[in-house]
Amino acid sequence: MGTATGTDVHSDPPRATPIRELAQAAVRFAGDSGDGMQLAGSQFTATSAMFGNDIATFPDFPAEIRAPMGTLAGVSGFQINFASRRIFTPGDRVDVLVAMNPAALKVNLPDLVEGGVLIVNEDEFTPANLQRAQYDGNPLETDAFRNYQLYKIPVTTQTLGAVRETGLGQRDAGRCKNFYALGVLFWLFERQLEPTIRWINAKFGKAPAVAAANRLALEAGYNFGETTEIFGERFRVRPAQLEPGTYRNITGNQATALGIVTAGELAGKPVFYGSYPITPASEILHELSGMKTFDVRVFQAEDEIAAMCAVVGAAFAGALAVTGTSGPGMALKQEAIGLGVMTELPMLIVNVQRGGPSTGLPTKTEQSDLWQAILGRNGDCPLPVLAAQSPADCFWATIEAARIAVKYMTPVVLLTDGYLAQGSEPWRIPAPAELTPIPIQHATDPLTFKPFQRNEVGARPWAIPGTPNLRHRIGGLEKEDVTGNVCYVPENHQRMTLHRARKIAGIVRDVPDQEVYGEPEGDLLVVSWGGTFGAVRTAVERAREDGQVVSHAHIRWLHPFPQNLGTLLKRFRRILVCELNMGQLEFLLRGNFLVDTLGLHKVQGRPFRVSDIREHLDALLGGQAS
Amino acid sequence: MSTTPDSTLTFKDFKTDQQVKWCAGCGDHSILVQLQKVLAGQRTDRDHTVFVSGIGCSSRFPYYMDTYGFHSIHGRAPAIASGVKCANPGLDVWVVTGDGDALSIGGNHFLHAVRRNIGLKIIMFNNRIYGLTKGQYSPTSDFGTRTKSSPAGSIDHPIHPISVAIGAEITFAARAVDTDLEHLQYVLARAAAHQGTAFVEVYQNCTVYNNDCYSWATDRQTKHEHIVYLEHGKPLIFGNNRDKGLRFNGDEPEIVELAKVSPDDLIIHDERTHDPSTAFMLARLTHPEFPEPLGVFRAMEKPVYEDLLMGQLAAARDQQGTGNLQALFRAGETWDVA
Ligand SMILES: Cc1ncc(C[n+]2csc(CCOP(=O)(O)OP(=O)(O)O)c2C)c(N)n1
Ligand code: SF4
Repeated sequence: MGTATGTDVHSDPPRATPIRELAQAAVRFAGDSGDGMQLAGSQFTATSAMFGNDIATFPDFPAEIRAPMGTLAGVSGFQINFASRRIFTPGDRVDVLVAMNPAALKVNLPDLVEGGVLIVNEDEFTPANLQRAQYDGNPLETDAFRNYQLYKIPVTTQTLGAVRETGLGQRDAGRCKNFYALGVLFWLFERQLEPTIRWINAKFGKAPAVAAANRLALEAGYNFGETTEIFGERFRVRPAQLEPGTYRNITGNQATALGIVTAGELAGKPVFYGSYPITPASEILHELSGMKTFDVRVFQAEDEIAAMCAVVGAAFAGALAVTGTSGPGMALKQEAIGLGVMTELPMLIVNVQRGGPSTGLPTKTEQSDLWQAILGRNGDCPLPVLAAQSPADCFWATIEAARIAVKYMTPVVLLTDGYLAQGSEPWRIPAPAELTPIPIQHATDPLTFKPFQRNEVGARPWAIPGTPNLRHRIGGLEKEDVTGNVCYVPENHQRMTLHRARKIAGIVRDVPDQEVYGEPEGDLLVVSWGGTFGAVRTAVERAREDGQVVSHAHIRWLHPFPQNLGTLLKRFRRILVCELNMGQLEFLLRGNFLVDTLGLHKVQGRPFRVSDIREHLDALLGGQAS
Repeated sequence: MSTTPDSTLTFKDFKTDQQVKWCAGCGDHSILVQLQKVLAGQRTDRDHTVFVSGIGCSSRFPYYMDTYGFHSIHGRAPAIASGVKCANPGLDVWVVTGDGDALSIGGNHFLHAVRRNIGLKIIMFNNRIYGLTKGQYSPTSDFGTRTKSSPAGSIDHPIHPISVAIGAEITFAARAVDTDLEHLQYVLARAAAHQGTAFVEVYQNCTVYNNDCYSWATDRQTKHEHIVYLEHGKPLIFGNNRDKGLRFNGDEPEIVELAKVSPDDLIIHDERTHDPSTAFMLARLTHPEFPEPLGVFRAMEKPVYEDLLMGQLAAARDQQGTGNLQALFRAGETWDVA
């Protein structure tokens, strides 16, 4: 648990359970996939966010939709880190673990800190469930948990008792136990029940008995904490100092979807979103499908090839054309992305990376599509690539990508990942009027129009069908410079290849210079990109707090790299590149700048823990701290 | 369909300044000119017309047609054209494709464009061979066809394109032959006027790699023995002397001599009937056992994809008002930090 900022005994709760004040705490709800843990977690998140904590969340789903009940494969978890200060990650380990069955206990216990609070639903520790979780005997009857604060609560029977008056059947009544567990945690952290009650009422408005049962379960859980004396202490995490404004909690995929709609509005363009369902990108498709009051035309294609092709067609016809996918889908799109590069049309490709290769780890995160994004097509086929660094940043990165796409007439790849996509954090809601419009220029003058005549940034004109007298033909064959006629002249191909490369390289004028956190030169620079920002920044911050001399550069634009990146890298004696792959950014840095690098590579389908990086820094720096 | 009142357009106004590079005698030349004539005749607005093609000899088509054009990648034209249509439903969108392009690498996109009934006019030049890659067998090549990649004869069974389209719920399917100019124009004009997906299979001669593969359907002396024209509401009669017809014997089609049966016994062509089974049967009649039908197999009305797509957006706006970013951003629970 975060640093205790003081222990005080309050007298306001009826029984005066002592309250410990914390700067930060991480909680995980874990249970069977059917136990509603994602819901409990997101309610705890919403309440804590509204209370004013800074938060970061990490849902962890099983790959199977309905793994056999009670098994290790079916465990679903939701982790929330909340704090009275700025935080960047969902936390390495948890201070409180709720385990709704033996399998959840077994899978999640390794992540509970020593001395942490462990709440188990003892009703579910039946011989059958123990066997499904591959326990020999009931661990609750041993002293296996002596290093934790173990609370055994009969959540199932308590819930059934609490909701009996609603007359719901055993099955429906039992499904309220997530709210009971949530109630217990709300008591433990002095949280209010009202936001969740409001949510229940809205959600189950049409099923009053179900709404009542969930409310009763929630209140019963809370009252259990209040009236029984089993808990030795409660915890208080005060609101954080966030930048003033109106906030909401947002996942990366929600932020991406909002960014897409916003980009369309800023450009004054209909949005065309062509996509094929794939984890973990599908929520973008779902979100946009629900935004029909905007001009968002969603096309669920027959496959990713078709989705990408439809995007190319929609771009030709003048829409703000976007696709979203994940690794295997990205692989399928590459030929059509090449067509987008060749025809120099603006479009946005969002790749929510997951563990690979092949089907890999569909529900787990990784950063292993960087090469695929930058290098993954036939021919010399450059396009700009950037990566979002946090769930809320997906919104800003999407708009930035769209802006570059139309300015330079090029496909742009935005990399997010499963961790950002499903994780959440508070998003300071911008006022739409404060957002900079995305200027669009269409060719209209038949006297001057030449399909491949370039402007000052090397972009060709965007002349859309329907424009009077601008009829022209484009395609995947090499085109003659300026006129756009099919052309196989050897020198022309070289010239056009160069034009395409220079145009993309020139995007650097819109890429901000690389910033460094910490000293701008010295012994050790930690480099990261994409969704690992939070863990790496936190690790470097803590190392510096502990007196270690280390700097951090988080790279947003992976292609082209910021103008000053090469010089900056050369100002450090050692460069440590941290990424969730086998060294893809390292390879690019070495190739581009002829610098040597060290790598920290994690490919376990999980994000970095702060401690992963800390330990590595300690090893490199001689272990001064922690 | 976009038309302009400019009645002075002739087919020459649909030619571009690009040199047409198909082989001499290739059926593609004829199809291009007939379509240019049809568009001119219909006073098509060239600025609101887009031709999208895949890859193959036939897919060079857009370069020669003075409208907007997109020569894309192999097999993907229906998908690209679908994006064009969704982005701007006001455009007339044509797809030009080959048998390999549409049914081999692009088979999936073809099926799905058809099933959506999206407003594309798909013209498939069927030369039963891969022309551009210099003569390998294609998905419509006869079993046993000897090519560079099948020197001992192809062991793939061919598919019947129109029956595939009917299986995918096509709302307009027709067939024509490259050298039968008037009939080809008629079929293309019908396709141009159709709402929803229109599919036209054109028997196209590849003089270089599959010459004369349709001579049975083009030879003036004998062709009427081998083809039957489909006309809505009319019996299926063919033969040099119009002395033969097609009728059902149970579920099976059979050729009968008109002298021996009453015309009432013949199959009466109905392009609008809801039940696709007769059209499907007709699509599978093959030379030399049967005369092969030319004309419109099917012409149905059915809601069109782009109308449904835009209709859902309009309905949402009618009910909830035009989208407002401020409200969208603040959907769900929000909180203020002072
Ligand atoms: C992805 C891809 N695979 C293969 C090819 C090579 N290729 C070009 S055209 C073609 C077949 C063309 O046959 P068809 O579609 O019947 O058209 P035709 O040339 O006969 O008009 C092939 C295999 C390609 N261009 N792209
Ligand atoms: S190879 Fe055949 S299909 Fe291609 S242009 Fe020549 S004749 Fe026509």
